[in-house]
Amino acid sequence: MISFIGRSAIQKVITLFFVSVVSFLIIHLAPGEPSQVDPMNPKFTPEMVERFRRQFHLDKPLYAQYLLFYKDLFTGRTVSWKDNQAVLKKIWDRFLNSLPLFVVGTILTWTLSFPVGIHSAIRRGSLFDRGSTLVAYFLISIPGFFFAYLLIILVVTNFQVPVIGMQTFGMGDASPVHLVMNRIWHLLLPSILGATGGIAILSRYVRSQMLEVEGQDYIRTARAKGLPPDDVHYRHALRNALLPFVTMFGLILPGLIGGSVIIESIFSWPGMGRMAYEAILARDYPVILTVNFISAVLVLIGTFISDLLYMVVDPRIRL
Amino acid sequence: MQGRNPAPPAPENVLERPLAPRRTLWQQFWTVFRQNRLAVIGLVCFLLFFLTAVAGLLLTSGNQPVLNPAVIRLQEKLRPPFAVPNLATLRPSEVPALGIYLLGTDELGRDVFARMLQGAWVSLTVGFVAVGISIVIGIFLGGIAGYYGQNVVRLDHVLMAVLLSAGFVLLALSPAWGAVLLLFGAIAAYGLLSGAGRTPPGRQPTVLSRFLHSKTLTIDTLIMRLVDIMLCFPTFFLILTVVALLPASIYNIMIVIGLTSWMGTTRFVRAEFLALREQDFVAAVRALGVGNLRIIFRHMMPNAVAPVLVSATLGIASAILTEAGLSFLGFGVPPPNATWGNILSDGQNYIFDAPWLTFIPGITILVVVLAFNLFGEGLRDALNPRLRER
Repeated sequence: MISFIGRSAIQKVITLFFVSVVSFLIIHLAPGEPSQVDPMNPKFTPEMVERFRRQFHLDKPLYAQYLLFYKDLFTGRTVSWKDNQAVLKKIWDRFLNSLPLFVVGTILTWTLSFPVGIHSAIRRGSLFDRGSTLVAYFLISIPGFFFAYLLIILVVTNFQVPVIGMQTFGMGDASPVHLVMNRIWHLLLPSILGATGGIAILSRYVRSQMLEVEGQDYIRTARAKGLPPDDVHYRHALRNALLPFVTMFGLILPGLIGGSVIIESIFSWPGMGRMAYEAILARDYPVILTVNFISAVLVLIGTFISDLLYMVVDPRIRL
Repeated sequence: MQGRNPAPPAPENVLERPLAPRRTLWQQFWTVFRQNRLAVIGLVCFLLFFLTAVAGLLLTSGNQPVLNPAVIRLQEKLRPPFAVPNLATLRPSEVPALGIYLLGTDELGRDVFARMLQGAWVSLTVGFVAVGISIVIGIFLGGIAGYYGQNVVRLDHVLMAVLLSAGFVLLALSPAWGAVLLLFGAIAAYGLLSGAGRTPPGRQPTVLSRFLHSKTLTIDTLIMRLVDIMLCFPTFFLILTVVALLPASIYNIMIVIGLTSWMGTTRFVRAEFLALREQDFVAAVRALGVGNLRIIFRHMMPNAVAPVLVSATLGIASAILTEAGLSFLGFGVPPPNATWGNILSDGQNYIFDAPWLTFIPGITILVVVLAFNLFGEGLRDALNPRLRER
């Protein structure tokens, strides 16, 4: 156990190092430079560009830039090139904005897809099963932004509620109930949209996992010895079918920083995805690289946790 | 099936003939696949889409296309579907070939039907080329990891690789040093390939050569760690970054989508190869003295191709969606080419005045992607040997 933890920690640190190198190279070897983003701006005289380059170490060789960048990152002194704000603080602010979306979306995904998946596996071939299969395929196949516009039109015309942005402007002296309802309405659509893909995929996965287990010999045994069907389904089958999903708790973690670029752009939601998108547009390398780095760290921690959970939950696995 | 051998076999032939009904793999596949009605519908849509795309290429390209997607008629902008063109205001060359605007016109008066046809081909190529790239990389790396995975990378191999890659990187910065490093790397590569450093039997290996031959890690570890590294990147964000930094072009989008989506295929192929190489038929072929490449491509690959095919079908669907998403953010295929993604994202500004500009491409993308997904899932079921028995 301890040797597994040690080995995989070392492995993950090495992986992280290579991720940092690759992302750094991708960004810096791409044609163009951040100092050339706005060539028409009269303020960008050659002296300005020179100062800019010197200030952000762009005149140093690549490996020195790499070392300086990650030294700054680990000491928390990285600043955005666009507005000179500390990158970590900027990300933290945006992260707090994205967090409600993430939390509501995850709760929706996990509470909806399990009942749907289990039910359609138990009643395989029924109307419910075929209907939910078709709906799941629809949700996987529809372009996210098209679906978003359909939902917005539907909700706005039927319920007359504002949905764009995090809250309605100029609500200063409204009653608290009104304020809370306003926030909830704004929150609802983007989190539903963020959850659709997850619901569709996860419910399909739950269904196939459940079907797999229901075909096992021990289920036939349980049925043969005369257990009531509910006992067979929920005590014998479900517990075994749930095993792989325990590990998926670890895989939620990277979603924390993802934040959908498209959904946040549609809803003018000032979250992580939007910030990353704006950073890409402005060639704000420190922000791009930091977001990338944190997300890689979260992926690695997530897989690590899921490995550990697997070991704890399933005694057959000894890594 | 009985109709094929009507005559009862002569007694001495009984043991030489197969007694089981003869059904080719293809027939077996088709009998299972046919039962899945959704998958058959998916296949039909897929074929229709393919024909439409080819027709679109033929009808909308060239100097004098039958349906010109680029003709701008500002006086005829935002006409609804099935509108009859106002012939009095149009020059003869601007009149749509069909006599009506079958799917309406957009904000510049361009015929949406022609643009959708042109976009069908673009979407098709984006999907197929991107998936093609990812499949080729996936099969190559997965095959190596599965077949040669147990081979060990020695320290001298690593040194050679470091020399070569450092040479290439330096070549961009300071050509002289890069060239020197490349030269050393090439010498090392030549030495390794020709086996110059090998110790002749009977002689004690020197300290240096023992050091150079010390084992580092297996090829399998190397490739799978590479997969891990790639999986650490948030895919859509990475694609967005690269597409935004590179000059806008349809080929860049295809290549970038392909280069960021090969990890699944690699894992599938590796797993299949690991299972296959232990099987008796591979041992038999190897015992016959068949070369490695022939074993891989003639004997193992056909058995490993099923999951690849499925993930390719699903991959095309997601590539089309990714392209649409990029178009929405303004990083899609650049303007003269119409794609479904950019027709949709341009149309969104007119969603109340001209809803067909949003709904036609949106529903088309939905239907095509749905068809690919249903077909892919049907393929997975039909190719699954455990289901085939039923």
